[in-house]
Amino acid sequence: MKPSNEEPYGYYPGCSLEKNALAYNESTSAVANVLGLKFEEVADWNCCGASEYLALDILPAYALISRNLALAASSSGSHSLVAPCSACFLNLSKVDHQMAEVPALASQVNEALAAGGLSYQPGSITIRHLLDVFVNDVGFDRISSLVTHPLYELRVAPYYGCLISRPDYEGVYDSPEYPTGLDHLMTALGAEVVDFPLKTHCCGGHMTQISEPVALELIRRLLQNAHEYDADVIATLCPMCQLNLDVYQEHVNHAFGTNYHIPILYFTQLIGLALGIRAKELGFGREFVSAKRALAKIGKARPAPKKKRKPSKEALPMPQATEVEYR
Amino acid sequence: MKQERIGVYVCHCGSNIAGTVDVGQLSSWAADALEKRGVVVARDYKFMCSSLGQELIKSDIVELSLTRVVVAACSPHLHEKTFRTACQQAGLNPYLMEMVSLREHVAWVHSDKALATQKAKALISGAVERVALHEPLDPISVPIEATTLVVGAGISGIQAALEIADAGQKVVLVEREPSIGGHMAQLDKTFPTLDCSACILTPKMVTVGSHPNINLLTWSEVEAVDGFVGQFTVTIRKKARYVREDVCTGCGICMEKCPSKLIDQVYEAGLGYRSAIYRPFPQAIPKYPVIDKANCIYFQRGKCKACQLFCPTTPNAIDFEQEDQILQLTVGNIILATGYDLFDARRIPQYGYGRLANVFSSLEFERLCNAAGPTEGKILLRDGVSQPESVGIIHCVGSRDRNYNNYCSAICCMQSLKFAHLVKERTGAKVTNFYIDIRTPYKDYDEFYQHVLQEKVEFVRGRVAEVTDAARRPGEEGKLIIQVEDTFIGKQRRIPVDMVILSAGIEPRHDSKEVSRKFGISCNGSGFFTELHPKLDPVATMSKGIFIAGCAQGPKDIPASVVQGAAAAARVLGTIQQKSLDLEPVLAQVIDQKCSGCRICSNLCPFNAIGFDLERQISTINPALCQGCGTCVSACPSHAISGTQFSTEQILAQLHGLLAESFNGNGARTQSPAFSQAELV
Amino acid sequence: MPSTNVTTIPTDQPDPFVTRSFLEEVVDAVPGDPRLTACLQCGTCGGSCPSGPDMEHTPRQLFAMINAGMRAEVLRSNTPWYCVSCYFCMARCPQKVQITDIMYALKRKAIEDGESRSSSAADAPKFSEAFVNFVENYGRSFELGVAARFHFVQHPGEALKMATSIGIGMMRKGRMDLTPTRIKGVKQLQTILDRARELGGTA
Repeated sequence: MKPSNEEPYGYYPGCSLEKNALAYNESTSAVANVLGLKFEEVADWNCCGASEYLALDILPAYALISRNLALAASSSGSHSLVAPCSACFLNLSKVDHQMAEVPALASQVNEALAAGGLSYQPGSITIRHLLDVFVNDVGFDRISSLVTHPLYELRVAPYYGCLISRPDYEGVYDSPEYPTGLDHLMTALGAEVVDFPLKTHCCGGHMTQISEPVALELIRRLLQNAHEYDADVIATLCPMCQLNLDVYQEHVNHAFGTNYHIPILYFTQLIGLALGIRAKELGFGREFVSAKRALAKIGKARPAPKKKRKPSKEALPMPQATEVEYR
Repeated sequence: MKQERIGVYVCHCGSNIAGTVDVGQLSSWAADALEKRGVVVARDYKFMCSSLGQELIKSDIVELSLTRVVVAACSPHLHEKTFRTACQQAGLNPYLMEMVSLREHVAWVHSDKALATQKAKALISGAVERVALHEPLDPISVPIEATTLVVGAGISGIQAALEIADAGQKVVLVEREPSIGGHMAQLDKTFPTLDCSACILTPKMVTVGSHPNINLLTWSEVEAVDGFVGQFTVTIRKKARYVREDVCTGCGICMEKCPSKLIDQVYEAGLGYRSAIYRPFPQAIPKYPVIDKANCIYFQRGKCKACQLFCPTTPNAIDFEQEDQILQLTVGNIILATGYDLFDARRIPQYGYGRLANVFSSLEFERLCNAAGPTEGKILLRDGVSQPESVGIIHCVGSRDRNYNNYCSAICCMQSLKFAHLVKERTGAKVTNFYIDIRTPYKDYDEFYQHVLQEKVEFVRGRVAEVTDAARRPGEEGKLIIQVEDTFIGKQRRIPVDMVILSAGIEPRHDSKEVSRKFGISCNGSGFFTELHPKLDPVATMSKGIFIAGCAQGPKDIPASVVQGAAAAARVLGTIQQKSLDLEPVLAQVIDQKCSGCRICSNLCPFNAIGFDLERQISTINPALCQGCGTCVSACPSHAISGTQFSTEQILAQLHGLLAESFNGNGARTQSPAFSQAELV
Repeated sequence: MPSTNVTTIPTDQPDPFVTRSFLEEVVDAVPGDPRLTACLQCGTCGGSCPSGPDMEHTPRQLFAMINAGMRAEVLRSNTPWYCVSCYFCMARCPQKVQITDIMYALKRKAIEDGESRSSSAADAPKFSEAFVNFVENYGRSFELGVAARFHFVQHPGEALKMATSIGIGMMRKGRMDLTPTRIKGVKQLQTILDRARELGGTA
């Protein structure tokens, strides 16, 4: 649900944005200022438990998450809760969804919340990811109209990761496998978008902590694919994805004898650049793999449209949604 | 009012009813408690439907002078006819019998014997009250028009039309494409015998085209259906061909000269091209081309007329002035054989169809194999030049999957085995089939599987997770990688291939729901037409005189489609033979004086049975179409519709009887969930 | 690492066909109906899993083992701990089995039964515990603390070096705190969590 003009978005930054994903937080608020988006942080929110608490104890894990939902629902003025972190987004929407589906679970969670003087009615707020706000509320046209420094010639691989696309409890994304919202958003900024085959594949999540060889292999696959598609940068929307691909990139190079140098940037940082916000305000410089070289590539003028290679005479047509004329 | 003499008969149905309901107690209770309501006899018996059971009823009717009968047994769907006939044989009007569905409504849905027996009492009590108000009725007889309409001229419709025409009756065969033949005309070989599809289909097509008893209407669609069994009035739009059938020789020069070429999405499954004036394939019946107006340069821009210019016949066969024709025909029966749509594999993005060039759909592959197809039968990659050295065939695409279609499409296993054989035979490539289960029932099917196994086709048991071009390790570059769990070894495998064939499933036609409404029949949740009985009446529908055949009824292969086409024809010929048909007299009637002409009823009628008398401004009910469902009776705001056998008085009497027994103060009131206080008011 | 893929059907207890208790137990440990009994054994999950190649059993195999009552083998498997929660299996499963949620339930059971200690992924629960410990005490996660508690204790040597190098890099880039943040309502949170723990099991 799109909040009315007066109604701010409830905002749940999550632990990562406080520190390791500071660049995400900084760029989000800088961009929000320009676009006039109002985010109201949930007072005294707590950690969502990431993917760890559920492994140990179910009801406390749900109670931990639902405390945030209860606080967000009781704070005046907003019916939506926006999380920029995909893991937080998933946890919040998972609990909201399952409480609605399983009334027995909802009553147990509420019994626990009651001990702290709180309660939460499932469905009373809409849980949203930050990308959803940009794609569906702000819209490509508005963004595009505000672009002052288009990202011409920058080849961006849009990387959604897992938890925004799947399991999509809120049912807002176009596909659990091949979503396109971020692609269109990057196109609106003037960037050259790579049709990134691994756009919703896993960054390794917490596997860096459990089994490093497994994690490094997962990260390698993504970097290899982005490299093969000549991506200058990977645009991400999740602190965990950014951390794994950025911070561990050097380790991947070391372990596999590769030499990848692909900066991993938050999509909000790229929006900020295109809107003409200074790089410093957008948290640039915090990335391990420096974005300087890639950003220097951004062209001054709109590149000439690439000529579509005419298919050879023998070639068979690709499957089409509608009939096309052929001469 | 004269007290009726009612007999109540409780069936044990073996243990089906007797296992859950105390049938002995039930019959003695009925004799006792319902005596003052007119019950003069109540009996229970092991199988009421047996000859001996029927005898019981018959002799009571005669000896005890029964005027009404209540049979508490199974659903009226099954044995209403049996007991009505028994009554009739004993001299009682058959419509003075009422059935209580003890088995389906009580025994099979409850477990507590005491409560179930209590519910049974309530239902019998209601039936006794109601049957007293029944009236003797006589069946309605309608004449049967001998001409039959067959909709859809794929193999099933062709078979049905030929069976009827060969038996000497007239058929109107309507097909919306420019040619008959359907999907079968697109195929190369047919399993399990590998006959050439065209070789076995075209003789039938030719026969249809020249049969004196078949009026073939291609490039035509049914717009409306009115009337009822025996006397349907159908309105058919015969779309303008812009080609004069009386002079066109079918030489094909116009198609060669037409400058507008486009991808043929129908016959070539998107893999080949056709011109704007086209005949889908060389053996098309009829041979005359059609102009596809939306892609014709003359129609769109007002200039061109190349086809007319080059047409060698005199007078010229191209006629841009032609207009659609609307035909009205009377037919006695209708067979719907409208076929299927192929599942659109783009809906499963992880298989890459539409994005990765060398992923092909099953119909695309059929066209690749077909000598009349875009590659003249050469199995080539999308570049149209290279031959694949390795091919992966994925089964169950869009079938057996709750995310898409939760049913088995029935043809894909055999089709995939056929593909594997064709690839092996024609290219020698390495072929791997990916499957969940191999389903090869029916004659010679499993033998075909065995044969393919011996051709060194590889099989991996596992539903494919994804097809990708993202190489991960050496040997994968430039290939399509099929990622799958090989479930026999419990390991994830990545198998690089040059070509992937998706054995896509069968879906109902995109407009099947619309068509079902037009013809007044029903669809299941997926959109396949619903048969009257899944086992015992597989080609009839709830609407008398309308039959279904082929994939429109559910996924099936060619032999099964032919069988259904023939079966539907046999059913139609049977009714034609009878010349007239007795219809159930249980139906709704409009009380003219009360009808305000609001037409609420006509929109609700599931059988399109309610028309409107413009002159008198009232609704009228067609007795032959009305199935007596009662929807209009309850919907009419001015109580202007009454149902014979379900009048308001009868329904209230039944409720009265029912509730009297549900609230008789013995505790059932709070325990019986079937009837709540709320329903009283 | 214990030998992988050695699986035995227990012979010292009634056939699981008779009892089916483990299957029911797993089903009960997931909120709602996980649809585990609807599994077709098609392998979509095992084929889709990013860490599938490194799992001792694919999820599909694990489900068959649950069905066969192979409790100890299931709970000792590294599979649930190697689940990266990417939800590919769940999005693609043709039977809509709630696979990721079942994996969480198996992790909880493995810890409860003490079987996780015999797993090749025995360290994994300790990471979760270290993480959760900070959350329970501060209301927020604390990366440096988790790293210290987990890596420095569990992983001497190579891993430690790497963790240290990353830690230093993170601090230089201003991406890591030296001290944890405590929320104001930490007492309230703890009361809620205590009550939840008392209430115990799943719905």
